[in-house]
Order: sequence, then structure tokens, then C-alpha cells
Amino acid sequence: MPVEVRLPTQLRDATSGQSTVPAAGQTVAEVLADLTASYPGLAGRIVNEDGSLHKFVNIYLNDDDIRYLDKLETKVGDGDQLSILPAVAGGA
Amino acid sequence: MLRLTRPVYAQIVAHCLDGVPLEACGLLGGTTGGNASKATGQATVCYPATNDAASARVYTLNPRDHLKADRDAEERGLEIIGVFHSHTHTEAYPSPTDVAQAPDPAWHYVLVSLRAEPVLRSYRIVDGNISEETVVLEGR
Repeated sequence: MPVEVRLPTQLRDATSGQSTVPAAGQTVAEVLADLTASYPGLAGRIVNEDGSLHKFVNIYLNDDDIRYLDKLETKVGDGDQLSILPAVAGGA
Repeated sequence: MLRLTRPVYAQIVAHCLDGVPLEACGLLGGTTGGNASKATGQATVCYPATNDAASARVYTLNPRDHLKADRDAEERGLEIIGVFHSHTHTEAYPSPTDVAQAPDPAWHYVLVSLRAEPVLRSYRIVDGNISEETVVLEGR
């Protein structure tokens, strides 16, 4: 069983409208690489060219923010759910 | 156009008033219709969220609240169609910060000004361009 990746609405144009797609990998970084290989329209929108996570993107492994785990090196297992959410912020 | 059910409208304003003196924020769940450029959004669920910045000038929507809202909307067959937040001392119009940080061009951006009595207005923000849209209250 691969990992399930949930995408926010603004990235679904790259997956033909699908909100959840499967991807494979042992770590978050590998899963994202596999995801981008399957859906090239996602390139550069989640992870920067240098491999770091976009500042305005939050990634949750099940219920945990990966920033508080091992970030992109966080290990993932079959059946895990990765949720990609945009940072939502603003000011007066 | 943004259609809000009356209970959602009330919850948005209540959450904003509750947050004073800080900015409050939350997400809107619902459906969208119409064509891409003039989408009509119908918000049927309000997801009040925590402002992690805890500031009267800026807001950062708690990502965990966002995750919960996203999952709940999906369970209901809805999606997150927009975000609301309050301006405690300024008008209900997107600030440069709001525009710069708008995450999704398909979303509806609701501003509630608490400068005097609550004023709620809604906008689309696409490629840095702000356009106000009509807000229609309906149902119960």
C-alpha cells in the first residue's frame, strides 16, 4: 500500500482535479519526488529547487506537522496520509 | 458572488468579535459553481480557527485547524472555498499583506471590519488583483 497524499485546492490543477493521489517513498522527500514525477505540474510548488520545503507550505504526516518530526527526512509507512496545506496568513 | 447561509454569517461575525482586541480568522467550507472567472461560492460551514500570531495587526491561521477543517469538509462532500479574518481598526478591504499572502486564487476572501459596527465584505484576489464581489445571505 502506498502513501496517500492530500492536496490543497490550488494544486489540484496539476492532478486533473484529484484531491487525493497515491505516491511511494520511504521518507517525505521521496514521496514528494515520486509525486512530482507522476504530476510534473507540481514541480517547484511544494519543494524548492534546492530541495527545501516551500516556506508557505505546511505538510502533515497523519496528524503531525513534519516540521516537528524530521522535516523532509521524516519516515513514512504504507497507509500513512500526507496532507499538503498552504500557509494562510495576512494582516491589517 | 459569495452566498452565505445566515448561520455561517453569524458565526463569522461572532468569531471576529470574540477575538477582539486581536485579529480573528477562520475558513469557509462549501461548494463553488459558475465558470472559472466568475465563480459563485456557497459557504455552508464556518470553521473558526486560532490566529497563531495572536496580534491585532496580522494573522496566521493555525495549520492544525486548517487540517481539521479540510478533513471535515471532505467528509461532508465539500471543500474549503475561502478564508475570513477581521481588521480590528481598519476597513474591510484586503491589505497589501493580505494580497501578498493570498494562498489560492480560487478562494473567496472575506474581511470583517470591527472599526465600528461589524462590516463584512468579500473579495477575489487573483494575480495580485483585488475585486470585490457581492455577498448574498440566504437560508437559515
